[in-house]
Amino acid sequence: MGGTERTASEKAEFKRELTEVVPHLRAFARGLCGRADMADDLVQETLLKAWAAQERFQPGTSMRAWTFVILRNAYLTDMRRNRFRGEYDETVAERILTAPAGQEEPIHLSDMHRALLTLPPERREALLLVGAGGFSYEEAATICDCAVGTIKSRVGRARAALNTMLSDGSIPKRSLQDDAAHRAILEELDDVAAGNGIAARS
Amino acid sequence: MNSDKSHMPSPRGGSTAKRDGKDPEWANGLRKLYDSVVDEPLPDSFKDLLEQLDTKD
Repeated sequence: MGGTERTASEKAEFKRELTEVVPHLRAFARGLCGRADMADDLVQETLLKAWAAQERFQPGTSMRAWTFVILRNAYLTDMRRNRFRGEYDETVAERILTAPAGQEEPIHLSDMHRALLTLPPERREALLLVGAGGFSYEEAATICDCAVGTIKSRVGRARAALNTMLSDGSIPKRSLQDDAAHRAILEELDDVAAGNGIAARS
Repeated sequence: MNSDKSHMPSPRGGSTAKRDGKDPEWANGLRKLYDSVVDEPLPDSFKDLLEQLDTKD
């Protein structure tokens, strides 16, 4: 990197864009790690890293995609240090239950969130990016630094798993009280922490 | 009021990801889950952090 020092107005523009994506970073982080407090820690870490690395941001490209990469890397690093081991906070689900808009659907958002958290992290993040964040497969592949086909496959498997859980009603009920569900989450994290992930299971 | 599917926000990036009528009903929930966090008011800790960024050079 040749030192392309940013001007004051470029910095101001960067900060404006960074500020705009904070709610999205929080949503992505919440989906990834399940606990609101840890998710927000992760976002704060991301903002500091993004600010420090701002000269690597190409103005005009997607700030959301760029910061998601930083957040994702921070998450993976933290997970390798086992920071998120089996942490699931029921208050998150309760809060989400009070979410706005038509509450008619038989599937509560808390069920949705619990089901999501039982997915292997690679599939969860792929589904979050495409199914919730509205990224294209191509953008999600760039964020996750993998092939488009890999993202499609992860999203497909994640959808199939959620279909089974949500349609059959086989969602883990209360993850902290339901030993099986809790164990499942712990095992997933162990796999990832051990560097196995999906590769080891298929 | 009516079915929620009709006013799904347009994709925020690219259009490759399929979002048509054959999505299962929970697909909408996934987006709501995300949007419910996006719509939360930003905690003060973030406002403080953003304000402090300028002094970190």
